[in-house]
Amino acid sequence: MDYTVIIGLEVHVQLQTRTKLFCGCSTRFNPDHPNTQTCPVCLGLPGALPVLNREAFHLGMKTGLAINCEIPSFTKWDRKQYYYPDLPKAYQISQYDLPMSQNGWLEIEIDPETRETKKVGIIRAHLEEDAGKNSHDESGRGHDSKVDLNRCGTPLVEIVSEPDLRSAQEARKYLEELKLLLTYIDVSDCNMQEGSLRCDANVNLHIHQENGETIPTPIVEIKNLNSFRGVEQAIEFEVKRQWEAWQETKLSLHDVPKETRGWDADRGITLEQRGKEEAADYRYFPDPDLAPVTVTDAEREKVSSELCERPALRRNRLESEYELSAYDAAVIIDQGLAFADYFEQVAKGCQNGKQAANWVTQDVLRELKEKGLEISSFTIKPEILAALLEKVERSEITTKSARTVFQELINSEESELNAASVQSIIEDKGLAMVSDTGALEAAVQAVVAKNEKAVADFQSGKQAAVGALIGQVMREVKGADPKVVRELLIEKMS
Amino acid sequence: MSTQLTQDEVLKVASLSRLKLSETEVTALGEQMGSVLKYIAMLDELDTTDIEPMAHAIEISNVFRDDQLQESLPREQALSNAPQTDGKYFLVPAIL
Amino acid sequence: MSNTSATASELLAKMNSGEVSSEEITAACLEEIARRDNSINAFLSLQAETALETAREVDRKRKAGEPLGKLAGIPVALKDNICAKGATTTCASKMLEAFTPPYDAHIVEQLRAADAVLIGKTNLDEFAMGSSTENSAFKTTANPWNTKCAAGGSSGGSAAAVAAGFAPLSLGSDTGGSIRQPASFCGVVGLKPTYGRVSRYGLVAFASSLDQIGPFARDVTDAALLLETIAGKDQRDTTSLDADVPSYTKNLEQPLENLKVGYIEHLHAEGLHEDVKAATQQALEVYKSLGAELIPVELPHAKYCVATYYIIAPSEASSNLARYDGVHYGYRAKQFDNMIDMYAASRGEAFGDEVKRRIMLGTYALSSGYYDAYYLKALKVRRLIRNDFEQAFQKVDIIASPVTPTPAFEIGELVDDPLAMYLADIFTTSANLSGIPGVSVPAGMSQNKLPIGLQLLAPPLEEERLLRAARMFERETDWHRQRPE
Ligand SMILES: [Zn+2]
Repeated sequence: MDYTVIIGLEVHVQLQTRTKLFCGCSTRFNPDHPNTQTCPVCLGLPGALPVLNREAFHLGMKTGLAINCEIPSFTKWDRKQYYYPDLPKAYQISQYDLPMSQNGWLEIEIDPETRETKKVGIIRAHLEEDAGKNSHDESGRGHDSKVDLNRCGTPLVEIVSEPDLRSAQEARKYLEELKLLLTYIDVSDCNMQEGSLRCDANVNLHIHQENGETIPTPIVEIKNLNSFRGVEQAIEFEVKRQWEAWQETKLSLHDVPKETRGWDADRGITLEQRGKEEAADYRYFPDPDLAPVTVTDAEREKVSSELCERPALRRNRLESEYELSAYDAAVIIDQGLAFADYFEQVAKGCQNGKQAANWVTQDVLRELKEKGLEISSFTIKPEILAALLEKVERSEITTKSARTVFQELINSEESELNAASVQSIIEDKGLAMVSDTGALEAAVQAVVAKNEKAVADFQSGKQAAVGALIGQVMREVKGADPKVVRELLIEKMS
Repeated sequence: MSTQLTQDEVLKVASLSRLKLSETEVTALGEQMGSVLKYIAMLDELDTTDIEPMAHAIEISNVFRDDQLQESLPREQALSNAPQTDGKYFLVPAIL
Repeated sequence: MSNTSATASELLAKMNSGEVSSEEITAACLEEIARRDNSINAFLSLQAETALETAREVDRKRKAGEPLGKLAGIPVALKDNICAKGATTTCASKMLEAFTPPYDAHIVEQLRAADAVLIGKTNLDEFAMGSSTENSAFKTTANPWNTKCAAGGSSGGSAAAVAAGFAPLSLGSDTGGSIRQPASFCGVVGLKPTYGRVSRYGLVAFASSLDQIGPFARDVTDAALLLETIAGKDQRDTTSLDADVPSYTKNLEQPLENLKVGYIEHLHAEGLHEDVKAATQQALEVYKSLGAELIPVELPHAKYCVATYYIIAPSEASSNLARYDGVHYGYRAKQFDNMIDMYAASRGEAFGDEVKRRIMLGTYALSSGYYDAYYLKALKVRRLIRNDFEQAFQKVDIIASPVTPTPAFEIGELVDDPLAMYLADIFTTSANLSGIPGVSVPAGMSQNKLPIGLQLLAPPLEEERLLRAARMFERETDWHRQRPE
């Protein structure tokens, strides 16, 4: 007997608008100043009314299109009704039967070896408002809970996948790919610590009986997954727990209602949750305070045209166009849109994609990480790095000298940097490779003459003896190409 | 459609509505809701198969606001009508 | 006419000629209230001091020749479900007894900009649910014509205030007849505008797709004046209409040529009071005498209006009133076991019977398994009702009918029979379901000396036509000049 793991994810993503979904309050993450970003609308005060944020709808459409959804020509707003202190109207404005986007998919790589991919179906992606934040007394002494409504009304897009994921690793991969995509198209910062990306997972097992039948175990919704690791660990835990429960109880999906469990990251377990869910009857109905939205073909096309190349496609293109390894391409893409743009500008400028990839994934990335910088604020602009690498490409300087120039560039004031900086540093430091063979030959001659023992060693077959001589020539002639020096030495000594 | 709601039905709706009702209220509501629902059942006479539901009194669509910041309320005002606060948060009896 | 019985237009003329000041008018209104509101119970709160301050400021501006708003110095009363900074907005509910909104409703901003003097907040049925103000948690408003009788509702306080000489103008809200019915009972003009003509921002919602704010006045001209002050697009109300607001007062005296007045024959049958029937008949004769053509119209689905209304309105109400849970504002019970119990206890203690009844009905209609049979069905019938009007207005310009089947009933008469109270909404709910404008104009007196109103309905955004038609009638009659003793 064995089983298949069935996982579907519901992902809530906070859209990058200045203001909330239905009012002009700021969406800034501001937990240290509770209840300072509210107004009659998001407080749900009697008489206040919601008005839809145009940009939120626009970003919602962008999201839907990026995950290959249809954007229906008619969509509307519904009230989802339940009582909870972080929900001041006692209903959440959401979308029920006519979401703004549906029937999409997202492709993920499920095997890094074979590079096998899979399309994960997306049932729908709809817009809704976020709730506020409750904080509970953790001491267990039953003190009052606190409610902060700063976050209440922030625009979210909820992306519901088909139950197409088959392992905790696939679920994680899907979430990572989704995050990358959404940051790429610039609809969300997907900051998981601040709650801009939150995930619930629906998990169950299909038990394969010896007689060929398949029995589904009860579906469990795991809430409160706010890290990639958490998603992976929680699902792994839940799969194990469900398998054990099945062996013990033999209960199937038809015997028990869907259960909600919370992920306790500290203890590494899922726990049964009770509270607002009890016998959920959300009494959805169309919100009479809001107007439906209609979308034309022209509008769909316009938003479509604003979408940049999706990361998966770009990853493939970098591999083929610049002859990069899959690994390098992935590293570049994973750094986000601006970084990939940076790489491409450098690669085009220096005419060597591989070299550009080495530099941006190692030297540039290390520098960014050390200083905690974004690529947008990195002082060495792509044209400058391209100019530097071009010198290497043309054998005008050595790779080692290029690193020296790179350090110089980093230490320079940004305002002093321009395309000519590379050349002037090379000149100042005397790093240009010496192409004057006369001077080089003279130096080689002198070194050979001074080192009889080494020459004899070499002639008796000790190739390593050349190394010490190269160093001496290089000290004489700064900027000489070690390869050329080596060749000249061997020629003289042979 | 039934003409009178049972006590259980009334209590179920009351629980969804978050209304604590006295026994007298439960009985009275069972009868009154029953008589209103009986009257409302006249709508069953009408065949509405192909009729579009009308959720708004007037047909409007695509009403938006620009993504522009408006001033929020000072915290004292946001909390000013609350039954219980600590000056920073709304307070409610322990949820958990 | 005295300062407390004159129309707003007359008072504006008197102020402009220097005959009287706003302060004197405001003080006269406040005196009248002090003298007689203990028997009428029109007001829940008075803003006497700020009203007098505003009045003095308007007087100063008028003397100094500074520009003045349309209602400069005119006292106006607000139904107590319309938010105004600095005054409680109770909705006549124990739930909001202490609620002071930190913001002004859109129409309150408009009134302040028009230099109106906000004098006080008027009584209503709790959360505007009812037809008599008997559902107010605080008091029942008496009919100024006969204090044993109801002023009507839910905007009973606003109607009575205008009829009793407490304020020349007031505002109410109309969800199923809550302006027109009390206007009819109290013998004043009351108008429900097209849905979306006036912003609902700051009107405490009862049934959002039906609610509309509208004016009460002593004559049609004043109603036109108040409507043009408050109407128009408001960015904060998605459902407010982006259509120009014509000057309703400008062409008011110009009669409508070749007017076609529709009337509904078959509704005149059961339960219609003889005096109401007679008054409606006489009103139609007045139009005929003015050269209008009388045309019978069919509204085949009119008999389903009340049933449809009593699904849609409670459904929306159950949702709109869910926010009153004792967390962020409003009443919180003293005794409870846990949080869920706190919700239920607070709501159970603070809501009155009618509000509970409607929340229960609405929750039931929206709950799983019943949605299609009730709520969705009602939305479909709603379209049939609207289609009836569209077809009728192809043939006629306005439709005339009674406002209510009877003149004002006695206080306490219907209180134990909710369904009977609901059925009296037969003539008024259709306008809310269809979103069309309607007005009640004084059109007669019952044998018991109680006013009877005539309802006129017009197509969406045809308030100008509605008011001109009403004014044509008013010029030929003097019902609007009669005042209670
Ligand atoms: Zn807000």
